[in-house]
Amino acid sequence: MQHMEHATQHMAGSPEITFQHEPAPNTKRIWKTFWILLVLTIAELALGLSHYAFHMEGWVLLFLKGGMIILSLCKAIYIVSIFMHLGDEVRNLKLTVLVPLLLFVWFILAFLWDGVAYKNLRNKFDVPAPTEQVAPHDVQKPGTLD
Amino acid sequence: MSTHIPAGYKWWTGGKSPYNVSYGKLMMWIFLMSDTFTFGALLISYGTIRVSHNYWPDPNHVFNTFPLMGDANLPLAFVSLMTFILIMSSVTMVLAVHEGHKRNKKGVEKWLLWTILGGFMFLGCQAWEWTHLITHTHPVLIDGQIQEIGATITQNHFGPAVPGLMHDGHQVHLPGPPGFGNFFFGITGFHGFHVFTGVMFNILMYFWTLNGRFERLGHYEMVEKVGLYWHFVDLVWVFVFLCFYLI
Repeated sequence: MQHMEHATQHMAGSPEITFQHEPAPNTKRIWKTFWILLVLTIAELALGLSHYAFHMEGWVLLFLKGGMIILSLCKAIYIVSIFMHLGDEVRNLKLTVLVPLLLFVWFILAFLWDGVAYKNLRNKFDVPAPTEQVAPHDVQKPGTLD
Repeated sequence: MSTHIPAGYKWWTGGKSPYNVSYGKLMMWIFLMSDTFTFGALLISYGTIRVSHNYWPDPNHVFNTFPLMGDANLPLAFVSLMTFILIMSSVTMVLAVHEGHKRNKKGVEKWLLWTILGGFMFLGCQAWEWTHLITHTHPVLIDGQIQEIGATITQNHFGPAVPGLMHDGHQVHLPGPPGFGNFFFGITGFHGFHVFTGVMFNILMYFWTLNGRFERLGHYEMVEKVGLYWHFVDLVWVFVFLCFYLI
């Protein structure tokens, strides 16, 4: 084993690296990723603009937003795996970087839940804030909203 | 790039890094992870405040202007350009890293220059967007008075329209939630600061390449580490774009 490690070790590289990466022969993969990212971004924009062009509410809008989130996650995977070369690293490094990100699942669920709870409490107990009142017609007179 | 690792190879027997990367690169990954949580916390707190409001401005109405196009209604056009610039600069960065693997000094210099240019273009776009949001005023009904205000961290004009109330030919709105400006300027500002830092690092890499530092070292790994940071900036923009401009 020791002998083989020595054979694969690149003299110019860092001594920590046991198995040297071979340089990619060409830039085909980079440009392919670029086109994928571009298409995903255009798809996101199409979804974003569609809820401007056609008025959407409730579940339809939520579904649309979910679609945009999934497209963004796909973009993130391509950037990290190809551009940042995490896909080429060894399993130990991949897991060290990616496993802690699972905390985001709890993080996002808990805080959005809290935000919705706050909204419900506000709607139940608060007097309407002045900014949310519908203005009377003679609004030019100061103090009429009080 | 490909690596050929024998099946069943023991990484944890000592005498070598179980991560098969240099110390510096591992630490860059660890730093980027911590930065992920910083940006994550900022974006999630924005989400919390946003869902706690009954009304929130529609990004298609907020971000609908383009330089030199006056008051033309072009929703998301400018931010699409910014997104394209940043993706493109990510591609030129990965090409610089690729040339570094091949030890092609001229290639690294060329692609680093394009990346620096892309970074400055993005920052220029952001400067225009901020200036437009802050200085372009709209009539808003505050305490029964109509005031002309722009969008800042304390106030904005993106509230609901007041039915039937016009001022100088413009629809009068109520003030929008202050949190909108707070989070928008805070998070895009923090991201812009990262872009700026990345551009500075890239300029440093350009000069170090130019004076032959990496040729003397025998590798361009420093360019790879700065590349990781630059791609991370692009990665954060994917989520800033999603949270502020799309949903």
